[in-house]
Amino acid sequence: MTDAVLAPPLRLGLLGSPNSGKTTLFNALTGLRARVGNYPGVTVERREGETWLDGRRAALIDLPGTYSLTPLSPDEEVVGRVLRGEVGRAPDALVVVADACSLDRSLLLLAQVLRRGVPTCLVLTMIDELGARGGRVDVERLERALGIPVRGVVGHRGVGLRELRALLGHPESWSRPHLVPPASARERAGWAASILESAVSARAGAHRPTELLDRVLLHPLAGLAVFALVMVIFFQLVFAWAQPAMEWIDAGVGGAARLARRTLGTGLAGDFAADGLIAGVGAVVVFLPQIGLLFGLLHLLEGVGYMARAAFVIDRVMGRLGLEGRSFVALLSSYACAVPGIMATRTIASPRSRLVTILVAPLMTCSARLPVYTLLIGAFVPALPVWGPLGLQGLVLLALYLVGSLAALLVAGVLRRGVLRSESLPFYMELPPYRVPPARLWLAQVWGSLWAFLRRAGTIILATAVVLWVLLTFPRAEGPGAIGQSLAGRLGHAMEPLLAPLGFDWKIGVGLVASLAAREMIVSTLAQVYAVSDEGTDLREAVRRDVDPRSGRPVFTPATVASLLAFFVFALQCMSTLAVMRRETNSWRWPAFAFAYLLGLAYGASFVTYRVALALGSAV
Amino acid sequence: MPAEPLPLPPEETPVAPGAPLRLSELPPGARARIAEIEGDACLAERLLDLGFVPGTPVRVVRRAPLGDPTEYELRGYRVCLRRSEGARIRVRRA
Repeated sequence: MTDAVLAPPLRLGLLGSPNSGKTTLFNALTGLRARVGNYPGVTVERREGETWLDGRRAALIDLPGTYSLTPLSPDEEVVGRVLRGEVGRAPDALVVVADACSLDRSLLLLAQVLRRGVPTCLVLTMIDELGARGGRVDVERLERALGIPVRGVVGHRGVGLRELRALLGHPESWSRPHLVPPASARERAGWAASILESAVSARAGAHRPTELLDRVLLHPLAGLAVFALVMVIFFQLVFAWAQPAMEWIDAGVGGAARLARRTLGTGLAGDFAADGLIAGVGAVVVFLPQIGLLFGLLHLLEGVGYMARAAFVIDRVMGRLGLEGRSFVALLSSYACAVPGIMATRTIASPRSRLVTILVAPLMTCSARLPVYTLLIGAFVPALPVWGPLGLQGLVLLALYLVGSLAALLVAGVLRRGVLRSESLPFYMELPPYRVPPARLWLAQVWGSLWAFLRRAGTIILATAVVLWVLLTFPRAEGPGAIGQSLAGRLGHAMEPLLAPLGFDWKIGVGLVASLAAREMIVSTLAQVYAVSDEGTDLREAVRRDVDPRSGRPVFTPATVASLLAFFVFALQCMSTLAVMRRETNSWRWPAFAFAYLLGLAYGASFVTYRVALALGSAV
Repeated sequence: MPAEPLPLPPEETPVAPGAPLRLSELPPGARARIAEIEGDACLAERLLDLGFVPGTPVRVVRRAPLGDPTEYELRGYRVCLRRSEGARIRVRRA
């Protein structure tokens, strides 16, 4: 082989502000083959890709978008750490990516980069849009003024990429600036002005489509209406429109489980394949429709430029809670399911706001709690009419939703003022011009989200499902009530002293253990405990009739039911959520914290509810 | 200059003609030039890096439907700041 293969690959860092077209250029240069990971210690995404540049192997590092090289937080230090060679080998050269239409602003960042003395070139993106807006930049004059190579490209159409590749392959031959830009911000601005003076003959005019669209989309009334409509669509996507696909998957998983039992028999192998492995795979795959749909819309609206507008519209409300506008979509999606909701926090720029959003997302009442609420409310809350079509059962359900949401807002406020008090980072958000995102990039982003979920969270979910199967199956016993003899059953018995103050017996304990797989599992587990085949009417009757053999009193008293409902409002009974938190925060620290604080809240709320309900019961 | 976040000035604060105003006080459509940035050095540094450098022309584009934040245009791009950040930026009306 040639020397080119044996020599260490060239390392190039792509640097630029958000919305500069940096990621589009990265994808165009690497052909979408990026390795995605996390920088150690922070929740910032790390993307590297390999490519050939003029016969030379090169590693491209897509550095996090930034407006400045002066870090204000650990997350912003990532760029500096990469440049200093603290994360892998330091880049041999830097490629500063700038939107040709806002070159003025980008020169301020370029000036900081040039002061580092590393070979640097400037790539102007979206030169087609610049022309359309009546702007003109003389690339040769810009090169002369800056003293470094400059190229213009249209990243997603591949315009100018061949010339750029030829340049990027040989950074050792790049010209260096004649003089280093000044250090102070004021003088830097003067430097930028003189560069612009010599190279820009016409500034880009207003972007007409953006002017017109914003007049509607950010209008005091129409803007709020559009925002509400888009949010309803988001909610419907995860709550309703993903349902058919999820039901097909459920049916497919059920069919596969039956097939496994038929082939492997009803013994241990068949049980493991059907209830352990296939059910575990199903528990992972069932999330794909929600994640795919949510991210399809999210990346589309992000690429178009609407997500920044949505955040602008709702920022005032979220700002009060110490969060920012983009947290809204994540929290809203969490009403359907915290898994896609937590993944949606990736679009939140401030890492602190993102972490707080992740930590409170499980408090939004997700759809997996509905079967639990339906069972308990259906069995124990009388269907009394209250007002018009509104019945007592509906009111209780509504109250459960409200309590969860209020708790999320309160906890967010507490975290923001306490544990996660921010380093008072200033809030700023660019409102980029509306653009049509390239379809290939959009598809790659959606696929990337699905793949990341499967690889990082999916493996944990599958493993936990198998472990729970073992707990519920061994030691093996036959006949109804066998589950009581299982490890989970014994765990339920062992937990009884802890559960008694909440009014729970061991059967609810087993259900709580099983509900770690997914909250609705408590329903099917109770069905197994009571050995009923129908999870609807039969189970409702069974729990209603169940009597404690020692005291002779019903197990599910109104106080116990209220207590159990309170428990489910708060408890993070969901390993999928924990797995996704682990993936998104890059450590077990935050999922452990969330599990602990939510369990604490659940226990406290449950205890108080039980005591109050008992007191009320004896008072009546 | 005080280091803590600045309280918003009372409505009746008299403003001498030509004296620096707060960027957050300008109505939508107004044009001004940045005069100076007040407060915490780190925050000032970031606002400077965003292009809010003294002498830079800035235009107030619009307020968000709920009244905050506000969209500004400067240096060929558009960025929004909350009232608390906008209040740190002193401007002179053009």
